[in-house]
Amino acid sequence: MDKPKPKAPVQSGTARSSGAFDSGAGSRMKRAGDWKYDIGSMGPPLERGAIVDGFVLEKRLHQGGMASMWRVSRVDAEGKPTAVEGEPPLIMKVPRIKGGEDPATIVGYEVEQMIMPALTGHHVPKYIARGDFTRQPFIVMEHIAGDTLRPRLEEAPLALDEIAEIGVKVANALHDLHRQHVVHLDVKPSNIMIRPDGAAVLVDYGLSRHEHLPDLLEEEFSLPMGTGPYMSPEQVQFIRNDPRSDLFALGVMLYHFTTGERPFGAPTSVRGLRKRLWIDPVPPRALRKDCPPWLQEVILKCLEVQPDKRYQTAAQLALDLQQPDQIVLTRRAERMVRSSQWTRLKRWFFALGAEPAEAAAPSATEVLNRSNIIMAAVDVDNASPELLDQLRETVRRIVLTEPGARLACVSVMRIARIGTDALTDHTGKSLHVKQLVGLKHWARPISKSLNLEDGRLTFHVLEAPDPADALVDFARRNQVDHIVMGARGVSALRRYLGSVSSTVVAESLCTVTVVRASAPDAVPAEPVKQATPSDGIS
Amino acid sequence: MNREMTKIAVVTDLHANREAVEAVFAHARAQGATEWAFLGDFVGYGADPAWVVDQVREMVEAGAVAVCGNHDEAAVIGSTPQMRPEARMVIDWTRAQLDPTQLDFLAALPFQVQRDDVLYVHANAFAPSQWEYVQGRADAVRSIHATSCHYTFCGHVHEPRLYHLGATGKAGDFSPTPEVAIPLPGYRQWLVIPGSAGQPRDGNPAACYAIFEPEAQRITYHRVPYDHESAAAKIRAAGLPERLAARLAEGV
Repeated sequence: MDKPKPKAPVQSGTARSSGAFDSGAGSRMKRAGDWKYDIGSMGPPLERGAIVDGFVLEKRLHQGGMASMWRVSRVDAEGKPTAVEGEPPLIMKVPRIKGGEDPATIVGYEVEQMIMPALTGHHVPKYIARGDFTRQPFIVMEHIAGDTLRPRLEEAPLALDEIAEIGVKVANALHDLHRQHVVHLDVKPSNIMIRPDGAAVLVDYGLSRHEHLPDLLEEEFSLPMGTGPYMSPEQVQFIRNDPRSDLFALGVMLYHFTTGERPFGAPTSVRGLRKRLWIDPVPPRALRKDCPPWLQEVILKCLEVQPDKRYQTAAQLALDLQQPDQIVLTRRAERMVRSSQWTRLKRWFFALGAEPAEAAAPSATEVLNRSNIIMAAVDVDNASPELLDQLRETVRRIVLTEPGARLACVSVMRIARIGTDALTDHTGKSLHVKQLVGLKHWARPISKSLNLEDGRLTFHVLEAPDPADALVDFARRNQVDHIVMGARGVSALRRYLGSVSSTVVAESLCTVTVVRASAPDAVPAEPVKQATPSDGIS
Repeated sequence: MNREMTKIAVVTDLHANREAVEAVFAHARAQGATEWAFLGDFVGYGADPAWVVDQVREMVEAGAVAVCGNHDEAAVIGSTPQMRPEARMVIDWTRAQLDPTQLDFLAALPFQVQRDDVLYVHANAFAPSQWEYVQGRADAVRSIHATSCHYTFCGHVHEPRLYHLGATGKAGDFSPTPEVAIPLPGYRQWLVIPGSAGQPRDGNPAACYAIFEPEAQRITYHRVPYDHESAAAKIRAAGLPERLAARLAEGV
């Protein structure tokens, strides 16, 4: 028998006619218990030209089951335009609430109104204003031009490089969201838009969970919340605070874009949803002959039932998708058929009643903190042996304390600013390989002592005219959390070339540790006078 | 015009802890607090009841809200034979520290105060003078049902907590993260427990209080580290029970 049982009997009359479960593109699955209070009447339906709280409705852009979208602009009391300098084009989202019968829409709207103002950055629509339920509920936000990724599903299977590109963009957006302590919990193509500059924007926070804000949905519904095809196994089991749920949903998207099919179909019952706890999807390579093993590795890793077996952060997923040749292939990459009946039976048996405790699920902050990307910038050609040793030992200690961390070893091969005259293709290639070999040799003791052969270690030789710029740019693109690098030390070379490390320290967005080899002939510094309680501290 | 937004500093369970109260006042002023509300238990446990009462009385004269707590009531009435010996000893000591005007101030405190859409009460809204604790969702719902206000602030419980009741009749509770502004939209009912300033009990010795912004409809719980060693030393010097001194260092 399926567990958990719905806490309240499934109602038939009060929920939306689309039913409790989403069959794919439509509305979400949510169902409430008793609906006791009426929200006040919403007045006449909104029409073009109406003014709501200083915004004039210009054009209805979309009419959905849950909400309508209006293009709006600011006006004063007389209806004259009052533009705010630098403000993007605006859109107003107005929920469709049918009298007192639609708690799903109302609570979802409360959640979105609570979370959106707390979000910032390029990967969310800029929040402008909100109106509450006592008058006219709405949210005004930045209008992101263009369409969602939804229509692209019709074109699936997509080209391989495009799938990887979408994956990187969405993963970067998710990582940014997770860093803001929010798990989206409804990642799907219709909730993702792409800005003209290529950045993905996540929309619709009606099911999201903010780690530091009350979860209004937690007690509201007695059935799992999410969109059927995309819901993670833990969401099916009522866990709402694990950022890795979003990576599962992204895996479902990538699977669909790769094969043209949904990995778990579009179930319409709790029983159907729970099947993903023990039945694994058909391996993508069985459906698409040219699907490379690395892509199957990535997708099936995202779709692991246990969150601990998935990518731990979206940044780690993005890192892999940008370096397919660095992905360590496991048995996942080779699979061509589903698990046997016997394996599924075993999983089904263990899934029975195996409900994860809420307390055991780590928060967004915990998962991100223990799954950092550490970047070791190693000047294998020029650094002194002492410095290389010291750098290696420092990196080893940092990785040792963070069992979930990934280590990216990076070196920069300087090339001329214009043209490649100094390096013919041939010599360029061999120099590149030589640096890569040097880098791997440098990292070998760390890899051996910490068992990093399982895909946690990658190597990157960057070709750039300016090492500092290249390192800062790599760290930013790959969402690196911590750069560890050596300082050149006091030398004529540094005076001549400038300090790479000081530029990286100044310009990086993340933590930077600069390592020095111990200098035996250094003059001891003046001892610092220690303050005593009599100095006024007590 | 950019009118200054109201920021109400809500402080409760001060418990005669001068060091904690000074730190909370300084912190709240630095946050730009424009109004003050005190949810009772100004005395009891700590070594500075007279100083705390004087401070609060001054602020009430300047417009602050203050309600009566069970410790304040006990200080006014005096100990009774039914009390445990330790409690009786603390109450008698506290009462001896207060002059008649200070006792009159405590005696005149109301059990609850409603201002606009906000109810201030020490223990709960369903029986303010009976001192029952709001210890879970059921108690919180009972209290919320007893008022028409959208916002209830209460103390008595020393651990910070936030309860809410939605239009669907479903209640939720939340352990607030300090220093994070939490929206409290007015179409839900909220019960805010800022946590004790003078005797925190959630394992963190830093003093608790909260700032409520009614126009912006949001609350921020704060934790303020203070010199609890001095506060404990005064409790010991006054001859009050050692347990009351020791717990301040651990926040238990």
